Amino acid sequence: MTALVLLDHEEGRIRKAALSAVAAATQFGDVHVLVAGNDAVAQAAAKIAGVAKVLHAADARYAHELAEPLAALLVSLAGGYTHIVAAAGAVGKNVLPRAAALLDVQPIPDVVRIVDADTFVRPIYAGNALATVKSSDSKKVLTVRSSAFDAVAAEGGAAAIEVVAPAEDPAVSHFEAVHLSDSERPELESARVVVSGGRGLQSEEKFKILDPLADTLGAAIGASRAAVDSGFVPNDYQVGQTGKIVAPELYMAFGISGAIQHLAGMKDSRVIVAVNKDPEAPIFQVADYGIEGDLFEVIPQLTEALK
Amino acid sequence: MKIVVPVKRVVDYNIKPRVKADGSGVETAGVKMSMNPFDEIAVEEAVRLKEKGAATEVVVVSIGVQQAQDTLRTAMAMGADRAILVLAEESPEPLAVAKVLKAIVAKEEPGMVILGKQAIDDDMNATGQMLAGLLGWGQGTFAGKVEVSDGSVRVSREIDGGTEEVSLKLPAVITADLRLNEPRYASLPNIMKARKKPLETLNVADLGVDTTRRLTVVSVAEPAQRAAGVKVGSVAELVEKLRNEAKVI
Repeated sequence: MTALVLLDHEEGRIRKAALSAVAAATQFGDVHVLVAGNDAVAQAAAKIAGVAKVLHAADARYAHELAEPLAALLVSLAGGYTHIVAAAGAVGKNVLPRAAALLDVQPIPDVVRIVDADTFVRPIYAGNALATVKSSDSKKVLTVRSSAFDAVAAEGGAAAIEVVAPAEDPAVSHFEAVHLSDSERPELESARVVVSGGRGLQSEEKFKILDPLADTLGAAIGASRAAVDSGFVPNDYQVGQTGKIVAPELYMAFGISGAIQHLAGMKDSRVIVAVNKDPEAPIFQVADYGIEGDLFEVIPQLTEALK
Repeated sequence: MKIVVPVKRVVDYNIKPRVKADGSGVETAGVKMSMNPFDEIAVEEAVRLKEKGAATEVVVVSIGVQQAQDTLRTAMAMGADRAILVLAEESPEPLAVAKVLKAIVAKEEPGMVILGKQAIDDDMNATGQMLAGLLGWGQGTFAGKVEVSDGSVRVSREIDGGTEEVSLKLPAVITADLRLNEPRYASLPNIMKARKKPLETLNVADLGVDTTRRLTVVSVAEPAQRAAGVKVGSVAELVEKLRNEAKVI
């Protein structure tokens, strides 16, 4: 059996989540990866541990990983593969279901455990239940939750690079622009420590009280949907069912009540700390350590104590 | 331009789902059901496009059991013009739903299909992309902003690390993200009016779609419970525990 992994990347770098997808795919047998886009990424992909071959789609139409041409390309390459895998990020979720439909198979999104070559575990109902599903399709198309699989090493491999011919492009979409939020901090989904703020932070100004704490800990900053909807931070900070799924070593929730949609995004963190002035906040039911108190006093004290 | 909006009846998002004792699924009998929240956003966007003059008619479609007509009535109370209910088993798979929707699109010939980005029960996030693939149309998934101009639509998409703008040739498929809009509440007079709007009922077999499941549910289980934590009295105590007990800092 051979698996093909769609390796997503950003600004010339392979995403860490893609390395988790490679880790998951190695459970099926040999792993080939497909890189759509620039040459540097293909070169880097060849060094990933456990990768047997890199398929490089160098044609300009694939540069922005648009779903329509990329799904068509995946379908044209799918013949020799039993499994088609990607990280459950914005690219994988956009492209793989389209490719699956073209292959007439039902995709299996957000896999957290591989039982065997056709049986998978995935969360449903915002992580309130885990479903084990068995696929009867001849080809399995799946996205994997990166927090559930340890990333393979980015170095150590020596795979051959094969340039693949473009597939017929439906030519119905056009890339216009991308706006990335600038951040010097680690990527939310791969950070070892995440400090997150909710509505309790009160304003965009006051939310910045988390910055020195995050800097001290080398942490990424996250937010609840309430904080995002109130405009305190951009929406790519959102942790939850409808945002990012994280599972860091340490997750610190400040002024977050703990609605099920938020818990779905962080309850697999190793250690959870909650600071909230409401003793009844549901977040305390999942927190390993809790402090009942005013976060505008606790956060500076904590920052000071950790320096 | 006509807009088709598929809507799904799901367990209300405020209800904490309970796994059935026999592990066959999640309890839905006697549980409050509502329109999937992302679908409300999709309906709202379609109705706004009609109010702006960019659309002429909004048709809502649901696939599932008879009770899904309540969901369709809600969508019509929000401003959809008419509804189609396709009777099938409860919650068919996205592949089957996408095929049914393709058949509906062939019949209705809309200029755009707007769906929610995912249903909060199966959390699949697949139907819109699959429909777009089957139709060969462009897809604007996880849309935070939609602007229709002559023959095309510009979509601002929520991606990892920010937003991306794409333009798609019409007809196209859009899936709504949370921030696309704030859905309106249906007023009582509009709920009354919605009762008189046309609702057509079809059978999935009449559309010639094979809805055989490709995924068999082996079991459904509760996730592992976290061990109960402790409340600490001070920041100093917290830091001590994080350093020496949890060893995470």
